[in-house]
This record gives sequence, structure tokens and C-alpha cells, in this order.
Amino acid sequence: MAAISLTGVSKTFTDGTVAIAGLTLEIGDGELLAVLGPSGCGKSTVLRIVAGLEVPTEGQVAIGDQVVTEVAPGARDLAIVFQDYALYPHLTVFDNMAFPLKAKRMKRRAIDQRVREVAALLGIEALLHRRPRALSGGERQRVAMGRAIVRSPSAFLMDEPLSNLDAKLRVQLRSEIRTLHRELGATFLYVTHDQTEALTIGDRVAVMRRGRLQQVDDPQQVYDFPANLFVAGFIGTPPMNLLLAPVEQEKGHQVARVGNWRFPLPEGVQASEIVVGIRPEHLGVPGFLHGYESSSAQEVTVLETETLGSVSLLHFPIEVRPVLLRDDASSSSFVVGDSPTVVIAAADAQARIAAGSRVAIAADVSRARFFDAQTGAAVGQRRPVSTTPCVKAL
Amino acid sequence: MTASAVVLGPRPSGRWARRLSAVIIVAGVVAVLLPLAWMLSTSLKPESQVFRSPIEWIPSTFRVENYSEAVTLIPFWRYALNSLIVTVPVVIGTVLTSTAVAYAFARMRAPGLRPLFFLVIAAIMLPAEVTLVPSFLLFKELGWVGTYSPLIVPAWLGGGAFNIFLLRQYFLTIPREQDELARVEGHSFLSILLRVIIPQSWPAISVVAALTFVDVWNDFLGPLIYLTDQKLYTLPLGLNFYKDIYNTQWAHFMAASLLALLPCIVIFFLAQRAFTQGVVLTGRR
Ligand SMILES: Nc1ncnc2c1ncn2[C@@H]1O[C@H](COP(=O)(O)OP(=O)(O)O)[C@@H](O)[C@H]1O
Ligand SMILES: [Mg+2]
Repeated sequence: MAAISLTGVSKTFTDGTVAIAGLTLEIGDGELLAVLGPSGCGKSTVLRIVAGLEVPTEGQVAIGDQVVTEVAPGARDLAIVFQDYALYPHLTVFDNMAFPLKAKRMKRRAIDQRVREVAALLGIEALLHRRPRALSGGERQRVAMGRAIVRSPSAFLMDEPLSNLDAKLRVQLRSEIRTLHRELGATFLYVTHDQTEALTIGDRVAVMRRGRLQQVDDPQQVYDFPANLFVAGFIGTPPMNLLLAPVEQEKGHQVARVGNWRFPLPEGVQASEIVVGIRPEHLGVPGFLHGYESSSAQEVTVLETETLGSVSLLHFPIEVRPVLLRDDASSSSFVVGDSPTVVIAAADAQARIAAGSRVAIAADVSRARFFDAQTGAAVGQRRPVSTTPCVKAL
Repeated sequence: MTASAVVLGPRPSGRWARRLSAVIIVAGVVAVLLPLAWMLSTSLKPESQVFRSPIEWIPSTFRVENYSEAVTLIPFWRYALNSLIVTVPVVIGTVLTSTAVAYAFARMRAPGLRPLFFLVIAAIMLPAEVTLVPSFLLFKELGWVGTYSPLIVPAWLGGGAFNIFLLRQYFLTIPREQDELARVEGHSFLSILLRVIIPQSWPAISVVAALTFVDVWNDFLGPLIYLTDQKLYTLPLGLNFYKDIYNTQWAHFMAASLLALLPCIVIFFLAQRAFTQGVVLTGRR
């Protein structure tokens, strides 16, 4: 078992692609860290650098208290699970799982025993004599996990291990991986572009964009207190509404005003404009918005509704300028668009609001987040996550 | 080559295209088989009936003794053994070294490797005649003329540009993650070649082995240039003695030629089996 730490790691490929820039990241001993980010942001490169398959251009990698930056992959005591599993088509499941043990020059009998033990743990004993191409996607995934587990490595590196599976199986295997992590007690580095997967599986989540680390926090904190506009816009489906609002004085306090909604700002805001971030579930129809500190409502015209069963997503325009995330190569992650902004509210489906109707929408202003309109960084104190539950157990 | 090209090529889509390709295949097969049929028929005729006109495809009198006589008129088995002595080490050397070089080109990352590979590719375009004189001078300098060394040793030095190219392209179809997994698991570069790459590459390796065998077994020019002692002659050289000494014994010549051809036919048959087996094994199509 070992902690993994990256210090000031950068990777520039020979063709000039900067895959990672100045990454410092610590994965605690026995922790499951999920690395999350859009495709091409450098997640796989991080994993490959930890594995030793890529050598960083700059910086240092340590496993436990040993610096391994120059150590060969095979000497790092790690296991990898790839998205495509990379099982050997010419070998049976048994031989695939035994393959890493052969490198250790283990005795045949010891290999046999260990492979069967792990196969039993994963419930794949019946598949041992089959070839990979005779397996379903889920079975291949389990074999790949088994192949990683047999060596009892100190850390597991997983690169989108569930991305080739259908949604239902993904949910099931997600919880299996969590259980496995608990039972093995090993350090896991889990790379995914799927935010649900990252949030549900990770002890902590590291969010990346274009080779740079944006935030590392526990999943709830990442969701509740995004460190910047990129994280705010990336996490959550539908994402947080991001509105550029003027800063005004009201009764001696600074507020950001969006129509009738007034969001009280944290102390010390200097700017004349600020980005307000409010999640769809914190906007709603008064009377259906339970127990929130709601502001005064404002009348809007609903353009469109999407029914999700428990909630109904209402799309409506508001006369402020939107903040839009950019997906291109620019260094800035956002750009201010033209008014109006189409805001999304997740209203209780029981309110039964039809497209075209005019409704009053209230905002739970205490749940709004604020971001600097120039840098995109979060403004104001980030509350520590309360360890005491808000609702007391009966 | 013709046969494999037909099997591997894309399927023609239209009905006319299919008919046309059928006609071409039949024409090709006839063109290949006709001389063979003539050889077979001639090898079974009495010498006096060989050039009867019109051609008698089925001899009026069968003379099976041609075969037993053919192998005693010249030291046939001696030449066959010599051919084996040259061919087997060449095939082994070619397969081993071209596999190793192709693996390096497919998987190693080193500065200068890419230009080097293009140099190898360029060597494919080079006609063999161009290198004939310089290599002869080189082997003469080494004192190898008159021995098998000039025929065998070069095969152990890379195994030929085309073979390297063919194997490299095949190795590239094996996902790199398979190597990387093995590396992380502690397997060495050589262990990965032996346990991961080669077991999945039998189709390509057997093609290289079979083509090399046939090439070297039938090689006339190489032995002609480098072999001086008749005792060392290989079959393609030895078969000429039916012409020189006995005023061309066509029936015996054809009987011996067919016998000499037999190993090539067997090799092709085996290679074809290995080829299809390999495809099934890896599940790649
Ligand atoms: N071997 C390579 N050579 C050049 N560029 C590469 C190489 N591997 C990855 N990249 C580039 O580096 C960036 C990060 O890639 P990657 O780590 O695979 O992203 P992710 O896994 O987050 O999708 C991408 O722009 C990708 O194109
Ligand atoms: Mg990736």
C-alpha cells in the first residue's frame, strides 16, 4: 500500500502537444482518487506517467516515500486496467490472469492457486478456460480487474475501465469497484470523463482541463463549491446557470442583481460585475421550493419544458448576459455572451407548468456561488463541509 | 502470391465486376497450371514422344521409370540435401532476425528510428542486380566464394527489407496497450516479443517463412555465382546436368523438376493452414 504524489509534473510530447502542465497532486494511501475532465484534457497521460509508460518532461513522481520518476514501469508495483482491457486474444482467461505472475517467476502451483482465488473473488471461475473473444463486455472487464488483482499491487490505475459497457452494467460495476477498493484497501487512481462515475466512485475528485488541475476535493465539495467557472459549468446535468450580474449596494450590503433576484455577496467584492452561479435545482416555483431561503420571485415566460419524472426542466430567458464555457484551445475557459440568458430551473414536476406559460420563479439565494468575471475563480469563503447531517436521524 | 491476393482482396461489389473477376481468376489459374500439366505429362512419357505434335496431354504410354532413373542419372539426393543445407538456415535466420528488427521498428521509440525505417523501405525498391557486384567483391574479400556462407549469412543480418516491412505492419495491428500492460506487470522487452507479439503473429511469420523457403529453394543465380565445386551444387544448378551431359533428357528433366518442386507445394499447403489458423486464433479479420 502506498500513497502516490506528483509534484510539478509537466508533459510536452515531441510534437509540441502540452498534455499536462504543472500538475501537483497527492493520492493518499488507500484512497480512491477519481480524475475527471473532458476528453483530451490529459487524464490518461497522468495515469501513464504514474505507471512509468510516459516520462514527464518536468517534475517528480513518488510512490510511497520512493521517487520513481526514472523507475521502469515493471518495478513500480502497480497494476493497470485499460478501457479496452488489452487482454491477450491468444491466451485463455486463466493464462491472461496468470500472465503477470509469470513475470514474477512464481511456481506453477502458487500461480494456479492465486488465479483461482481471485477468480472466485470476482465470480469468474466458470470462465477460466475461455478465450477473451468468447466473453461479454462485462466479463472481459472482470477478467481485466482480476488480472490486475492477482499481483496484489500497492496501487491500481484505471483508465476509463467502464466506458465500453452499457449504462446498466456500468452502474453495477461502479459499485463493485467501490466494494473491491474497500476490501483490498489499496490506492486507486481512477480516470474517467463521466462525472457521475467520478462523483459516485471517488473518495476525492480531481477535475482537469487542458492539462491543468482545476480542483481536488471530495465529491460533494466539488459539486457544492466549484473552484472556478470551468468546474461549475462542467459538473452537474444540467449544469449550473452562469449569469453576469451587476454589483449593487442595498441596505449597506453588496448584492448581485438578476432581475428581481438579489444575491447577497460575500464581504470584500471590489468589482462592478460578478458571475452568479445558481444550480437548476435551486430555482423553482414558490410553494414547491421547500424550506429554502428564497428571494422574491420574478415572472418569466417558459420557452420549453423537459420532463424528467420527479422534476421538470423549465427553460426561460432572463435579461442578463450569459457566461459560456469554451471548448476550444483558448487559455480562458469562458466567454461572456449576449443577453438574454436562457436559464434552466428544475421545478417540481407536480407544478405542471406548460411551455409558453408565464410563471413566477424564486431562487434559493443562499445556494448561489460567485465567480470573478475576469479570472473565473470562485469568490468568497468556501464553507467546510459540515460533518453533522442537516437532517437529524430519528 | 496470385492466390493469396485473390483471397485477401476486397470483394467486388457489382454482378459484372464479380463475373469479370471470375474470368480473370480462371484465366490466372489456367496460366499457372498449364505449364505444370505439361511438366507432369512430359515426365511420364518416353523421351521419343515428348515433342509429338499435336501435344499429347495424356501420354499414350506411361513411363513411371523416368522418376527412378532421373534421381540416379545425376546425384539428385546430394543436390537436394545441399539445397536443404542452404535453405533451412536461411529460413531460420530470416524469420528470427526480421522478426526482431520489425519488432524494434514497430515498438521502440528512439530518435532516428523513423528515417532508418524509410531507408529500409527504400531498399525494397532496390533491384537485386544492383547489389550483385559489390556483394560479390565483398564476399571474395572475405574468402567466402565457393562456400555456402554468401548464401546463408546475409539472411541472419535483418532478413530482408520486405520481410521487415511485412512483419512490422502486422505487429502494428496489435494494440500497444497489450505491450504496456505486460511492461507494467514486469515483463521484459524480449519477454513481450516472445509471449505477446509472436504468438499473435503466426500468420505473418509463416508467410515470411514460406516465401523465403520457396525463394531460396528455387534460387538459381546465387548458387551459380558463389558455388564453384559441383559437390556443393543445389538442386536448381544440379538440374541443368540433364541438359549438358545427356543432350537434354526432357522426360527425366521434368520428372526431377517436379520432385524438386514438391517441398514448395507442401510448404505452401502448410503455410496456408497456419495462415487461416492464425486468423481464427487472434479473432482479427
Ligand atoms: N503520444 C502522444 N503524442 C502526442 N500527443 C499526445 C500523445 N498522447 C496524447 N497526446 C495528446 O495529449 C493530450 C492529452 O491526451 P490524454 O491524456 O490521452 O487525454 P484524455 O485521456 O484526458 O482524453 C491530447 O491532446 C492528446 O492528443
Ligand atoms: Mg484517455
